[in-house]
Amino acid sequence: MAVSAPPGGRMRGLLGRDPIGYAFVAPYAIFLVALFGYPLALSVYISFFDYFFAAPGAQVARPFVGLSNYAEILGDPVFQRAILNVAQFILINVPLTVVLSLVLAAALNAKLPFRVFFRTSYYIPYVTASVAVIGVWLWFFSRGGLLNDVLGPLAPDPSWLVSEVWAMPIIALVVTWKQLGFYVLLYLAALQNIPRELYEAAEVDGAGPVRRFMAITVPGVRPATTLVVILATIIGANLFTEPYLLTGGGGPNGASMSPVLLMYREGIEQGHAGYAAAMGVILAFAVMTISAVNRFILERD
Amino acid sequence: MSRASVRFASIASVLILVLTACGDGDGGDGGDGDGGGGSPTTDAAASATGPIDIWYSNNPEEVAWGEAVVEAWNAENPDEEVTASEIPAGESSEEVIGASITAGNTPCLIFNTAPAAVPQFQEAGGLVALDDFADGASYIQERTGDRAEQYKFTDGLFYQMPWKTNPVMIFYNKEIFRTAGLDPENPPLSTYDEFLSTAETLVAEGGVEAAIWPSPDAQFFQPWFDFYPLFAAQSGGQQMVEDGEPQFNNEAGLAVASFWRSLYDQGLTPNEAYNGDSFADEQAAMAIVGPWAIAVYGEAVDWGAVPVPTQDGMDASEVHTFSDEKSAAMYTACENRGTAWEFLKFATNEENDGQLLELTGQMPMRADVVASFPDYFEANPEYEAFADQASRTVEVPIVPNSIEMWQTFRTAYSESVIFGTTPVEEAFNTAADEIRTLVGGS
Repeated sequence: MAVSAPPGGRMRGLLGRDPIGYAFVAPYAIFLVALFGYPLALSVYISFFDYFFAAPGAQVARPFVGLSNYAEILGDPVFQRAILNVAQFILINVPLTVVLSLVLAAALNAKLPFRVFFRTSYYIPYVTASVAVIGVWLWFFSRGGLLNDVLGPLAPDPSWLVSEVWAMPIIALVVTWKQLGFYVLLYLAALQNIPRELYEAAEVDGAGPVRRFMAITVPGVRPATTLVVILATIIGANLFTEPYLLTGGGGPNGASMSPVLLMYREGIEQGHAGYAAAMGVILAFAVMTISAVNRFILERD
Repeated sequence: MSRASVRFASIASVLILVLTACGDGDGGDGGDGDGGGGSPTTDAAASATGPIDIWYSNNPEEVAWGEAVVEAWNAENPDEEVTASEIPAGESSEEVIGASITAGNTPCLIFNTAPAAVPQFQEAGGLVALDDFADGASYIQERTGDRAEQYKFTDGLFYQMPWKTNPVMIFYNKEIFRTAGLDPENPPLSTYDEFLSTAETLVAEGGVEAAIWPSPDAQFFQPWFDFYPLFAAQSGGQQMVEDGEPQFNNEAGLAVASFWRSLYDQGLTPNEAYNGDSFADEQAAMAIVGPWAIAVYGEAVDWGAVPVPTQDGMDASEVHTFSDEKSAAMYTACENRGTAWEFLKFATNEENDGQLLELTGQMPMRADVVASFPDYFEANPEYEAFADQASRTVEVPIVPNSIEMWQTFRTAYSESVIFGTTPVEEAFNTAADEIRTLVGGS
């Protein structure tokens, strides 16, 4: 389409054909800049200093240290462990989330009795405070808890939450359960966009339910899958509450330490804001890279 | 990118730059200052009088005390009115205070300052040295006695006034001791051997999951309720670090660690956290607590209290313990510091200290609590054992990087004592080397 030069001169050139549009996007743009853009820029800035928070006007030394925070973090065994932990978490959590939420959404999309009841039930954990549901999971997974009672002699020793092997997978399971309702909802919305005729045609051609699911549903909700994978990765990378509460501060022996819990410990508790900010920047870049790769893989034809 | 999004991006980046530049105004000028401390206006501020704000803790007993003290002060000093409120809710008081220091809106006084957080608040330029007042140091030393020394920062100044302590002891459930066939009036808990064999009997015969169940969690403050009280006792009153030198890996520290290791190893103390209050739920026969426990468990449990154990046993009158102390501190956002200081002295005079004891059961940081308030202890004899301990409390060392020091120790303790994956001595020595550097201020 050919666009002729705008007649309104320079101002018009800068603001485009419908300058009023900026007024409509301004509130959100300002919100985004003030609450995300500014803190992000500030944390990049802070990460180059031996920074800590101080009273206004206090004379404190916060020397520029260049990349040394980054160098120190990359060599910090606790951080390396946290990254491996969260990688393990994502490897369990993300595929499980995609499979379970898609299957559940497909089931809930069918004309089940009590469909609304089930939909609500899956959504409830998502809107319940983590702190409250973690109490329940503690009873379930603790040494004398329900699960070990059922397992009897098969219960692992050391028990789930104090086992260096099991702590992280358990957290991944709990988080999957907690977030599932939200992803089911995303898939339910995506399922509405698949034309019924496709299923009918496939049925006429003799495709069974599994074949129909694999050949129509799965490709039909692919954009939603991209979104689910990216969101689950981002939320997983920000893991904090579960290792803080379920395994007593990233225990046992740091086996469930997460990068964000470490940032809290370093930046808020110990006052090393520069160090924690650098960790945040590394984490943000890692998540962006993973998301870009995911998107590339999932969206290519 | 389309032209529209290029335009949007450029406008957004201009906004970001503008906002960051604003932030720079007060954030970026700290390039090479020489550490917190006195501004030129210190003397003027120290004598300024007028209305002040204070915060106190949010438990009902301390609120009642705070309200009474403020009311009494305001009646006498209408020109120097004190406005008091509870410390705002947050993850922890230390985080709220830290954020408030950064924002520059701290009140004049906070009657809930944790000694371990004082170095960080001081480094942030948030605290007023009470030595700025002519009678500052002498008032503290007179009221608290020898133990006042433990509250000086490494620069020799008092950035806090030791206010009240909850000296910790072993609290035990007499009913469970009876069930296990142990003498509830003279329980064998004085030496490590006695304690271990009592613990074994309790778990075998007493119907409890654990003999004693301190939190095995990894947070920095957890050692205050397992390792540190016993270390204070075993070492005869040593602090974690003295004159920059870590002490916890000495003979006393290793004895304490091996004692706890035995409890974990034999399953008498679980290495998994209890989901709730193990003592109240009668899942543990003992707990390490301060005198606040009397009000909390007093009605429901038939309890007794003994000093923490030592390797070969010690007379109760010689046993030291962890203070679990809270200080009152003055914050630099305070303008009318003259009034704040007078109020601080008023709130910690003998009458108001007595009131605190009466209302909360917590021990004022006075040289001799029992002798200062004989009537109270006659009426409440169950508090006397705690009061006697209150004269032999050991504080956390007030040193740079104090929180990181405790975290480093906790990590070493977790792996060696709680989970037993590394030998204790090796883990403690490695932690000691790191801590030596940390508290040296680098």
